[in-house]
Order: sequence, then C-alpha cells, then structure tokens
Amino acid sequence: MLILECPYCGVKAEETELSPGYEAHLKRFGPGSSDEDFEAYMFARKNPKGVHFERWRHVYGCGKWFLAARDTNTLEVFGTYPAQSSEPPAELQAKIKAKRPDWKGYK
Amino acid sequence: MSTRLNKGGRLIDRSTAQEFSFNGKRMRGFGGDTLASALLANDQVLVGRSFKYHRPRGIVAAGPEEPNALVNLGRGARFEPNQRVTTTELFAGLEAESQNHWPSLEFDVGVINNTLSRFLPGGFYYKTFMWPRAAWKHLFEPIIRASAGLGKAPKERDADRYEQVYAFCDVLIVGGGIAGLQAALVAGASGARVTVLEQTAHWGGRAPVDGDMIEGTPADAWIAATVAALSAMPNVTMRARCMAAGVYDHGYVLAEEKVADHTPGDGRPKHRLWRYRAGRIITATGAIERPLSFAGNDIPGVMLAASVRDYVVNFAVSPGDRTVVVTNNDDAYRTAIALKEAGLAVPCIVDARTQVTGALPERARALGIRVETGRGIAKVKGGKRVTGVALCVQAGEGAVLEEIACDAVAMSGGWSPVVHLWSHCGGKLTWDRQHAHFRPDAARPPTNQDGAAMVYPVGNANGAMTAAQALADAANGAAAAVAALGFKAEAVAASAAEVVEAAMEPVWIMPQGAGVKLKAKMWLDYQNDVKVSDVQLAAREGYESVEHTKRYTTLGMATDQGKLSNINGLAILADALNEEIPRVGTTTFRPPYAPVTLGALAGESRGDIFQPLRRTPMHGWHEAEQAYFEPVGLWRRPYCYPRAGENHEQAVHREVLNTRNALGLLDASTLGKIIVKGPDAGRFLDMLYTGVMSSLPVGKCRYGLMCNEQGFLSDDGVVARIDEDTWLCHTTSGGADRIHAWMEDWLQCEWWDWQVYTANVTEQLAQVAVVGPNARKVLEKLGGMDVSKEAMPFMTWADGTLGGFPVRVYRISFSGELSYEIAVPASMGAAFWAALHKAGAEFGAMPYGTEALHIMRAEKGFIMIGDETDGTIIPQDLNLGWAISKKKADYLGKRGQERTYLASPDRWKLAGFETLDGSVVPDGSYIVAPGTNANGQGNTQGRVTSTYYSPTLKKGIAMGLVRGGLDRIGDVVEFNTVTGGTVKAKVVDPVFYDKDGEKPNV
Repeated sequence: MLILECPYCGVKAEETELSPGYEAHLKRFGPGSSDEDFEAYMFARKNPKGVHFERWRHVYGCGKWFLAARDTNTLEVFGTYPAQSSEPPAELQAKIKAKRPDWKGYK
Repeated sequence: MSTRLNKGGRLIDRSTAQEFSFNGKRMRGFGGDTLASALLANDQVLVGRSFKYHRPRGIVAAGPEEPNALVNLGRGARFEPNQRVTTTELFAGLEAESQNHWPSLEFDVGVINNTLSRFLPGGFYYKTFMWPRAAWKHLFEPIIRASAGLGKAPKERDADRYEQVYAFCDVLIVGGGIAGLQAALVAGASGARVTVLEQTAHWGGRAPVDGDMIEGTPADAWIAATVAALSAMPNVTMRARCMAAGVYDHGYVLAEEKVADHTPGDGRPKHRLWRYRAGRIITATGAIERPLSFAGNDIPGVMLAASVRDYVVNFAVSPGDRTVVVTNNDDAYRTAIALKEAGLAVPCIVDARTQVTGALPERARALGIRVETGRGIAKVKGGKRVTGVALCVQAGEGAVLEEIACDAVAMSGGWSPVVHLWSHCGGKLTWDRQHAHFRPDAARPPTNQDGAAMVYPVGNANGAMTAAQALADAANGAAAAVAALGFKAEAVAASAAEVVEAAMEPVWIMPQGAGVKLKAKMWLDYQNDVKVSDVQLAAREGYESVEHTKRYTTLGMATDQGKLSNINGLAILADALNEEIPRVGTTTFRPPYAPVTLGALAGESRGDIFQPLRRTPMHGWHEAEQAYFEPVGLWRRPYCYPRAGENHEQAVHREVLNTRNALGLLDASTLGKIIVKGPDAGRFLDMLYTGVMSSLPVGKCRYGLMCNEQGFLSDDGVVARIDEDTWLCHTTSGGADRIHAWMEDWLQCEWWDWQVYTANVTEQLAQVAVVGPNARKVLEKLGGMDVSKEAMPFMTWADGTLGGFPVRVYRISFSGELSYEIAVPASMGAAFWAALHKAGAEFGAMPYGTEALHIMRAEKGFIMIGDETDGTIIPQDLNLGWAISKKKADYLGKRGQERTYLASPDRWKLAGFETLDGSVVPDGSYIVAPGTNANGQGNTQGRVTSTYYSPTLKKGIAMGLVRGGLDRIGDVVEFNTVTGGTVKAKVVDPVFYDKDGEKPNV
C-alpha cells in the first residue's frame, strides 16, 4: 500500500487511489521496426531489485498519469514527476545517484 | 485436578458469576475470565483432538499463541469455528464445542491414526500425491477427509455486522505492556499524535504476573497511573482489544478491534478493522515462551510455564495440584514460586542446566522446592491427562532415574521475541546467542517512503528481556521514532527493580541423546501434529531449506502459524543439517499475526453494497415490467421481459420475432459514449482505430475497430463526426471506462503535444434503439424531425426533436432491421422511453433484452467483443480486413499485426455453422480433428464462439473459428458435446439472415 505524491494535484495518494502502468520511459516501436526492437518494446521489462521508474495514474483522483522513481526493495520513493517527461528530471537523477552510487541510470 | 483457587485472581470479579456451556455441559466462570481460564476452573483439561492423529489435547498457553484449544463458538447465525479459548473473553450464555473429534471428545475413533502414525510420516501428502495416483483418490483421500479438518464451516448468514475505519497518527505503538506504555509516555510528551493498541482487554502485559516492581511500587500501580496519565493526553489514543494484524508498505497497518465479541447481540459491530497510516510504528509486542521437546509433551496438563503463572495470578486457577516445572532458564522459577505461594505443590523443578545459582532458584530452594539440575524429562506419563513424569539425565539417552507423580507440567524453553510485525515489511533478524533467540537487527529495519526505518521494536520484542531493560529500551526507541518525525523527546524511563537472571542454556531435545522412539513422541507443532522425528526425516530426505521443510512436514502451517513450533523446528533442522541456526534462518513472517475474521476484512461490503451497481435511467421501468436482469460489468441490463406463462427462452424468441416483424425497443443507454474533440482529434482517432476516422464527413457514422499494441482486437463501435473537430465514439457497454482510460494513456503519456480533449459522457445520455419495420412509423408519429430515407440515409445522424424531446438520432443497426438509435439527456430517458412505448403501441412495440439483441446480431453475422474475441484474435481472423486501412502509415496494433505468425494460413478464422440436424451446437464446443496430440488428447481444428437457436430461421445457428475459415464453406465438421460424441455441422457464410442487407435499406 504505497503512498505516492501526485505531481499534478499535490495529493499524497494511497495506492487504492492509483492504478499502475508498469515501466516508464519505454520507447514505442511502430510499423517497419525490427522484430528485436518490437519485442523489446512489447515484452522485455526490467524487473530490478532496486531503482525502478514506473507509470502510475491518479485514477480515483485527478485522472492524470505521472511517473515515479522508487526502490522496489526498500520501497523508498525518490520522487514523482509528470508523465510529459522524456527523461527523469536532472535533480531527481542526481538525488538517486547520491543515494545509490551503484545506480546505472534509468535507461 | 485443575480448579479455582479460593482467593486471588487480579483480573476476575467473583461477584459476577457467568454460566456457559462446553460440549453441552453447563459450567460457571466469573467476569474477567477467558474461556480458557473458565474451562480450567471447571477441571476441563481435555479440550480437543489433534489434526492428524486425533491425540487428546489440552490448553498449552494463555494467549494468541495457543495451538490446541480451538473451539466452535456460538450457534446458528453467530457460529464461529476455530476460536482460541485463550483469547475468548467469557460472557454469560457462551456456548462452545470442541472440534475434530468423532464421535465424542472423550472417545474418538480417529485416534487409530495415532497407532498408524508410522504410516503418516512427514511428507506423507507429497508422497501420496506423487504415487500411486489411484491410491490417493480411492484410499488416502477418503480416509483423510473423514478424519481430518478443524472447525465446521458456518452454515447461516452472519448475524453480526463489521465496519472499517481509516485512521492516521504520527506514531502507532503496538502492545500495551509496560514497554508500550513507556514508549507512549515518551512519544506523547513530544506532542506527536500517538495511538496505542493492545490486543487484550487489559493494559500492562505480564509485568504484574512476573511480580515486577516499577518506580518502587508493584507494576500494577505504575500501570494504572500511566494509563490514567496517557488517557488524559489529548494527543494520545488508547485502544484495547485491538490486535495489529499486519504491517505493510509506507506505514500502513491493519488492526482488528474485537468490539463486541464479549457482548454479542448488543447492537455494536462485532469487529472493527482499523486501517492505520502511521509515520512510524513502534512494536512493543513482547515475547512468546517456547515449549521443550520431550516425549509426551502434548499430553493435556503439559503447559507453558509462564502461562501456568498467568492462570494462577490473573484468574486464580490452578492447572494442577502437583505441578512439575521443567526449564532451561531462571524465568520458569517464577512459576514454581507463584504456585507455591498459592498453596499448591511443586514436587520438583527439573532444570536441564548443570549449574543453577541465580536469585530466583535460590528463592525457590528457600521455599523448600526440590531442584534437580542437569536433569530432563524422559517422558510424560498419562493419556487424556498427565499422571506423572519420568526423570532422566539431560546429557543422556533417556534412562529413567525416577518417576514423580503429578497432574501438571510447566515447561519453559526460553523466550522468543514477537518479531512478526517487524518482519512483515522486510525487517531482518539477528541471532542472539545469550538468549538463543532471533531478535530484530536494528541495522536492517523495514524502511519507509523516505528511506529511513519504519518500525522501531522495543522491550521484550527487541530482546530487552528484563523489566528494567525493557523500560529503558522503550524510552530510547520512542525518542528515536518521534525524532525521525521532527519531534523532540527525552528518553526518560521509569526505573524497575533489577532481578539478576542467570544465562539460559538452549535445549532443543530432551534428553539430548534421545532415541527414535522418544523423538516420535516429541511434538513440535501441536496443531499440525509435527514431531521431532518428522523434521529429522525431512532433513534426511534432502529438504535442506527451511521453507521446503515447512511445506514438506507442514510445520508451522496451522492457524497458529508456528508461534510455538517454528524456532524449535528450525533448531532441530539445523542440528540435522549440522548447520548453525542463523544459517538455516526462519521462514517468512506474513500477515496476519493471528487470524482475522473474514467479516472484518469484508466490512460493510456485502449484500446490496457489495459493489456499486450502475442503473440506466429506465431501470425502474424494467423492474416494474419484471425484466430478468443480467450483469454487464457493473450495469444491470434486462436479459428479457418474460410475460405471464413464458419462460425466458420463450420470451426471448417472442422479442426477436416481434422486432423482426413489427417494432422492438432496446434500452441501449449502457453503450459507451466518448467525446473526442480538438484540432488533433482526427489524427488521434486515426491512430486509435484501424480504419480512417479523420475523413469521415460531418453528419456521418462509421464502424471502427480498436486493437491493442499486439494487434489483438480490443473494442468496436460506431463513430459519428459531430463537427469539424468533434467526434463521438461509441464503445461496447463493458468497455467505456477501459477505452476512455486507454485514450487518456496515449494522450497523456505518448502524444502529449497533440491538442485533444476526451470526455466519457456515457451516463449523461440515455439511448434507445428503435428497431423493426415499424421503426420509422413510430418516430413519424412522435414527430418533430424528418427521419425519412432521403433525409436520414443509413449510417448518418441528425439532431432534432421527437415528441418534444431534444434528441440525437443515429441511423445505425446492430440487428439487420430498419433501426434508429436515439440519444436524449439522461434526465429525460425514462420519459422518452415511456413516450415511445405509448406511441408505439399501435405498431406492436415491445421491449427486447440483451439476449434478443445477441441472437439478432448473430443471425446477421455481426461479431461481439468477448464472444468472437478473447484477446488473441486479430481483426483479420474475423474477416474484418475491410475495416483496416491499408493506406495509414501507423495505427495502434499495426506493428503487432505485422508479426509473421499472425499471417499463418493455419490460423482459425471466422465462419458460420449449421448443424445437419438443425440442433444448437453446445456452448464451448471444439471442432474435432483426426489424431491425438503429444499429451494423448484429441486434436482440434476450431471452436464455437456464438451459438443460438434462431427463432427467425427456426434452426440452430453458430459462429466459430475454424482452420481455413470461409475457404471451408460446404465442408462438414464435427463439434464435440458435453455428453460425449459429436454433432455434425456444415460450414456456411456467417450472415444467416438478409444477406443482401435489404431490410434496413428502406
């Protein structure tokens, strides 16, 4: 029963208000893409014990999708940010790097 | 015998006698008794039979760790199985029955299993599941089913109600013993919002029973003063009879409050489930005493030493006249002293340690109690209750030195901190050699969303085993917990008189060198009948992981979840594997700490408010017409409207024929309606649908398909172009919310620079399908707009008024008849529906339900999402290639459909089927193919997806998927049937009715 702060409405939302959208920052591969790229887009998901970027929707709140960075092992939440982000904010990445020096980056 | 002493008992009120019954026998107890203490006061030592061997079993403990004494409680609508007598408060009129006995508790046939125990070793279930299969089915299972099982399942609907509450605090303290109270004092003084939970009805835990002195007064006095002080603090909430069941992510705690268990039927909810969100959690959950493993340690009358003390001090109940104490530590001497001081006999204290010199043993000796050191119990004598013990040398193999007559045995193998709540969310343990127990490892706590420790264990639960240590530890823990939240606290602890205890010595088997015969009578898990010999067998058979051994032997898998047995079991396993105990580790601690009633978990979510129901504006009309409803998602839709004397099938057939021949009215309000608007709306819909929607002229309608990114069909419906930048998308009734969410996902997360707005207006509009040859006539009679063929051709829509109602009329058809779907504001839905029926009476108007709708669409070969599709079907499988744009560079699912295997000619494709004998193909049938597969199962080449009796065509019709699809037209295939055998059917065009589409084209 996680608590994640919705970056749109500022509500610290309980998991029952949210619906999960799994891994964030996937690149879509459409018609004409290689089988490998399409497979990676469709099926290959990271499942790290540690830092993970996820999509969440504040479905029983403001209805907005947002992204969250958290540690799947310790449940620490590093931050949340709008879904309209091509990559995690620089200060969030710096914060994670400071806390998890071994972290290899979000890609 | 066990009996009530004539004085003492700090928790009972002798002025309030309470009658109750056990197995129909009338008994008396007092206010403040638990059912356990009341049973013992009535000399009811035998309380149940064990699960597997049906051995006689008595009360072992005095708290939630009790493994044996489970009863069926109450009757009728207040019947509850598996209630622990040790946590059940006595009330007048309580009725209890022992469980797992047949025909009676005193004489049980199943005890034969006991003598057959060598045929039921550890891993019995695994072995018989594996081989031989027939023996399991015909031999083992019937016997085990007849003789096993705990309580009975309740038969009546629960008469009680339950409720749930959300609550929030800075610090949640679990446990109202002296450590929990001390922690609350420190945390409360800091100004933090504090809640303290105590699972029993009493504050203070076991300190008063142990005779602790706090601040120079008996513990009872300090507890009373502290509870009063805490209750006066506005920022502190005290909640008794409330057990924290589990700790979850980010400070979420579930706790069950037993509000009215002891006052049944007084109008209050029976239980209340608290859903706490706490900034920090302090676990002051105490410790549980461990049994010792000696032969016959399960005979009624053998109890935990501290529990014996609880019964004597709290309830003035003596479990026996002559109690032998057997121990490996100093604490159990308190029991001997308490018994002696109550005037009872303690023939001997059997101490496994060779050196016994502490203050407590000295006091016992001074009271004249015989202390035997370096000794163990070779075996307990007795059947349905203890009659004596045989002593031996602990270091030996069990040669009997002497026998001592007694009627109770108080055993103590040391104490295990209650680490469950600490562990639920990932807190790790460390092995404490001094006390031979696992305790929380402060360096590896469960963590919160801020990455810092979430749980602070204090007192006994943290391995601080004396009163003085526990109070100091609690003050420190509470100060640290509130400091983490930004509050300032001073870690000032009450002082307690220190009683120096000598070190305990771990004893896992008594005597140390016991042979097979003795070990087969040493019980580890009382409830699941697991013995020392079973765990050793598991180790010999290669079960080295503690998790595997648990499942193989069922150790710790009963309703008590191994509270008494786990540590002893894993010590035996470690010994058998020649490993250190901490290397073997513990099994995973999972919520709930002790069983929680399902009623509390359900709360008010039952009956009419089990789930929200969606009703259309015309629902009341349908009910008045006694429609038969079916669930469609959360909607309730009329399936059919049976008339007097009709069954459902007859009603459906009448509705179909009337619609085809005259006029049918369908409440289609549940149809999903999503507005998509904006400069990029056309571009967006072109990505969403397989066809092109941007080119649809204003005023026109177009059928569209939506696929997921794998290319599989997900939804379908008619899209209408409302104006230059507005479209209205119809979805399936069950799909509206899902498709709206799907649109938002792509708009917010992928194409966030596109200017598109969506709104799900499904419930804003009521919609009626007016269907049949008389459809135009009724609309013309209502009047207000031109609905002629010329003004409104097929697949167009128009706004206007009909009979004074503002309407939007779509000329679309899902039945193959002349058909108008008419939307009105939801608030006018019922009135418009009534107006249509009134005006339509002269044209033969009748309502029709979802089943008639399904049959009519099947007669036309129209697909239904969820019937013809199942998440693995691409539009091409359903011959819907015409609805896929070849020109578009991209749409959702296009890349998925490019996968080579989806182009395989072997894919099953849609076709129609007609049985040769006119019968209806059974639902779920497969089309059989010659030969068998690798598993020896018959091959298949297709399956039915929709199958009905067509009242229009007077024969069975079906749609289905078959290898080759429409290329197979004319072939005869065989569908299997539920009763065996097959039914022959010809492959045909799936459009059974009005192939040229002339009916709606009028």
